[in-house]
Amino acid sequence: MSGYFDGPGPEATFRAHLAEGRFMIQRSASTGLHVFYPRVMMPCSGEADLEWVEASGEGTVYATTVTRRRPEKGGDYNVALIDLAEGPRMMARVTGIDPEAVAIGMKVRAKIDELNGAPAVLFEPV
Amino acid sequence: MSELTKLRGKAACVGAATAGCGEAPGRNATELMAEAVYRALADADIPLNQVDGLFAATAVHSMAAMSLAGHLGLCPKYSSGSNIGGASFLAHALDAAMALESGIIDVAVIAYGSNQRTAGGFRSVSEPMPFEAQYEPRNPITAYALAASRYMHEFQAVREDLAEVAVAARGWAGLNPEAFVREPLTIEEVVNARMISDPLGKLDCCLVTDGAAAVVLTRPERAKDGPQKPVYLLGAAMAHHHRMISEMPDLTLTAAGDSGPRAFAMAGYGPNDMDTVQLYDAFTINTLLFLEDLGFCAKGEGKDFVAGGRIAPGGALPVNTNGGGLSCVHPGMYGLFVMIEAIRQARGTCGDRQVEGANLCLAHGNGGVLSSQVTTIWGTGETL
Repeated sequence: MSGYFDGPGPEATFRAHLAEGRFMIQRSASTGLHVFYPRVMMPCSGEADLEWVEASGEGTVYATTVTRRRPEKGGDYNVALIDLAEGPRMMARVTGIDPEAVAIGMKVRAKIDELNGAPAVLFEPV
Repeated sequence: MSELTKLRGKAACVGAATAGCGEAPGRNATELMAEAVYRALADADIPLNQVDGLFAATAVHSMAAMSLAGHLGLCPKYSSGSNIGGASFLAHALDAAMALESGIIDVAVIAYGSNQRTAGGFRSVSEPMPFEAQYEPRNPITAYALAASRYMHEFQAVREDLAEVAVAARGWAGLNPEAFVREPLTIEEVVNARMISDPLGKLDCCLVTDGAAAVVLTRPERAKDGPQKPVYLLGAAMAHHHRMISEMPDLTLTAAGDSGPRAFAMAGYGPNDMDTVQLYDAFTINTLLFLEDLGFCAKGEGKDFVAGGRIAPGGALPVNTNGGGLSCVHPGMYGLFVMIEAIRQARGTCGDRQVEGANLCLAHGNGGVLSSQVTTIWGTGETL
């Protein structure tokens, strides 16, 4: 019988899910609250009862910036903070539109795509 | 008497110095830090071998207090290299006050040094953030740009509001011979500068300079005998909510909202009593956030508060009177310079930029990505 703390940790588990094309976040069994990024226990309250659930992928842009980069190095790109429908916030990029067109309050949906050689959660406008 | 007020006034700054501000070619970070220590001890007229408490943090030493102790040949009874980013040195002042008051040490030195500019540019102290790094945030600026974007959205602020902060800082820098950039600056120039990370352009960002600083603290009994006017640590408090910007609960509300009120409570003074205000301005947005979170104006009113030169020379509230990280000096971790400007104003030695009757001076440090916040309040003997 394996205990709560046995086996791969939260980061390795998250990345293994991502490699399988699944965007998974954690939820506390007792409180029902969701958590991102992956943690060992519930932040603040400390419950060690986090289980993995599939994220809905629905989100809203909370803050956004355009990182200015020379065209020969790949050009400008967006970095944003996304509030997930389940509650937690995460850093990501909104792609599929001009980085300057990303606006606070914009509804976005997650997709998994490759970024810098590894699978990543990215968002596109709904 | 509460635990907090027990420490009030129990540490005094008796020596303060900077070294190598701007460009210091050919000198490494340890050497610059050691020079600042030499100058601060000379200012205090205290011999090196009496230093028994040593506090230091830099971007290039993993164990800065030990590296500095080794260079100086010191064997401290207490040392700390605690690194919470640019606010470290204000936290060290609280540590030093506790160590002095407890009797563990008699003479504390807090030091910092960096040769980042001549060594090739900005060097972050930070490891990559595990669930952010893949998106390539260019921290720290990405984090501050995200905060600025949220602030502008929530409070209908525009880039000209942020620019007001840079223009005020430059006004003060023009009065400070130690400032690295002193030419007058206009709102238009700030807004038209090259964009780095929207909405922050080049002139919304701090300088990249070399520089070192050190202060000497003793118990008040000894401070009275020194050659300098003692400046007392009346209040100090620290707080942090997050490490990564994606963990920050509300990007418009920093942990200065926690540290400020506790520091004021310890000091027995409030925002309206402050004669000068020194805030860690790594980016223009910082000054607005800290003025609000420390209680100088209400949340969202920072842009109106700073409008029309209110924090510039001749304005109602002198803020960042050395020119700040934006125009005076920013070697990577600027906190000790914030503290030294507060101390110099309270001493009354600031020359053209001296604020008349500056008896109570606030110095607020920031570290990481609006992460660590440490508020200190310094006062002359008559404020005790």
